[in-house]
Amino acid sequence: MSADVTVSESAFIEVDRVEKVFDVRRRTGFLKRELRRVRAVDAISFRVARGEMVGYIGPNGAGKSTTIKMLTGILTPSGGRLRVAGIDPSRERTRLAHRIGVVFGQRTTLWWDLPLIDSYRLMHRMYRIPDGRYRENLDRLVELLDLAALLEVPVRQLSLGQRMRGDIAAALLHDPEVLYLDEPTIGLDVVSKARVREFLRELNAERGTTVLLTTHDLQDIEQLCSRVMVIDHGRLVYDGALSGLHEAGESERTLVVDLERELPPIEAGEAARVVRVEGPRQWLAFPASASAAPLVAHIAARYPLLDLSVREPDIEAVIAKMLYAPGSSGEGSPERRAVVPGAGGS
Amino acid sequence: MAEGGRAAGLAQGLRAYRLVAGMWIRSTLAYRVSFLMTALGSLLVTGLDFVAILLMYSQVDALGGYSLPEIAFLYGLSAMSFGFADLAIGSAGRLGTRVRDGTLDTLLVRPAPVLAQVAADRFALRRVSRIVQATVVFGYALAATDVVWSPQKVLLVPVMLVSGAVIFASLFVAGAAFQFVAQDAAEVQSAFTYGGQTLLQYPPTVFGTELVRGVTFVFPLAFVNWVPASYVLGRPYPLGLPQWAAFAPPLVASVCCAAAGLAWRVGLRSYRSTGS
Repeated sequence: MSADVTVSESAFIEVDRVEKVFDVRRRTGFLKRELRRVRAVDAISFRVARGEMVGYIGPNGAGKSTTIKMLTGILTPSGGRLRVAGIDPSRERTRLAHRIGVVFGQRTTLWWDLPLIDSYRLMHRMYRIPDGRYRENLDRLVELLDLAALLEVPVRQLSLGQRMRGDIAAALLHDPEVLYLDEPTIGLDVVSKARVREFLRELNAERGTTVLLTTHDLQDIEQLCSRVMVIDHGRLVYDGALSGLHEAGESERTLVVDLERELPPIEAGEAARVVRVEGPRQWLAFPASASAAPLVAHIAARYPLLDLSVREPDIEAVIAKMLYAPGSSGEGSPERRAVVPGAGGS
Repeated sequence: MAEGGRAAGLAQGLRAYRLVAGMWIRSTLAYRVSFLMTALGSLLVTGLDFVAILLMYSQVDALGGYSLPEIAFLYGLSAMSFGFADLAIGSAGRLGTRVRDGTLDTLLVRPAPVLAQVAADRFALRRVSRIVQATVVFGYALAATDVVWSPQKVLLVPVMLVSGAVIFASLFVAGAAFQFVAQDAAEVQSAFTYGGQTLLQYPPTVFGTELVRGVTFVFPLAFVNWVPASYVLGRPYPLGLPQWAAFAPPLVASVCCAAAGLAWRVGLRSYRSTGS
């Protein structure tokens, strides 16, 4: 691409006190309107280095999509400074489009009634990808995402997992330097999820593509991202390693045990506490960082154990614990709980 | 924007339009039988449209002082202009749906002008049937009319056709722009586009002055056929407009085009600053 932009390697995506304010008009009477300002994104700052893989998470309505929309040039920020590969996304939307790939998990960009390959041919021409590079990229993506048998199949006949792989390939044909994924594994079965994650890992490792993904699946983050950013009420409340998030949230896993008969709550000392009892079934919460093995051994030795299972914390629970953990000064002060370790950056 | 940049943008837009429209044509042809049925169906429906007028003339000799060939002249011209505009960018009327379900965002991350992509969205080849029908009616008008053709009149016809298509197209674009703000405005838009087209099939003499005034000065649809056709047919001008007004369609079309372009820009900017 053009050589006029020199981006310092340390900051491929630069977000400086970016905000997005929506004016919501509400009718309060005939011709009378009440104007309310909503800060969807409130003075967020972060930097993402080239080749980083970052998870961007938060509750629904926290401002995730708004941020992604500003980074891709769909929305114009109300304030602050935003640069992706040295480009101001909202001012040079089409120039930026050549350098980014976007996958919307719930909205396919593939052509429903046409064979998969037709959508790729359109990308080839719309992005003006040189023939050689297109062939090379297509061959590589088809192989890595296992699409060979699907190319001639109309998109409407593909399964959700196949379509997601097809969408990811479509977003990468033009060699984007950064890939935004909005819920890339939503609705996929375990095998499809694993395949998508495996591919993203390789893409990041081998081609150095910067990846920013939003997800509700904690495993996506665990398996892919060295860094996670949490947004809540439009503010960045955490930016750092996932392990740190677990600690910050003191997240817990749940051990579900089925006993032979109804018994009083299990005594497990410091290791775990019973959170729920329902007939012979009991739920025990224990720290996510601790191993379940000693706990299970402890219970098996003292109680008539029939069956058990371990439940991982979901992302909402982790965030909720982190934001509203006991000891924090209530819900209104997310900034006070902001943990921004220096390790988060480059 | 620099003049060169604008030209490049236009070329880029036309190219994107061609690509996207091509994909839709292929999608349509994935269901050949269905395509043939809908094409035949719409040919039949548009055909019946003029049959209604024929039936009316089986009872009366003139409508608002216009004979059947004269009505056919008005009808053919407006329907052809509309048909071309509808074929080219009628799909922009679906913008509200795309705004509502969020799929407009997928167009905004492509390296192509959004208007071109929206205009080509669901490009429907079956709309050709309207142009076919209008051409047949217009052919009849030319054969049956007793107009004495002068070089000016002959030249004016293609000018009317192109200007009329541009005026309708501007209306489509302006309507689409309005849907950025009011997403359920598709029906309102249809009232002006399809409604306007139906209006123009009848002579201005059958409508009230207020309506004719609105259609002349506010939404200048009168310049699609009423005003220039008055010159061709040798009829009195609506609203007592001066004679040069018959040659104004290209000017009116340019102004409409500029206004629609501006409306589109404002609409898109408001979408990008407010989301949906």
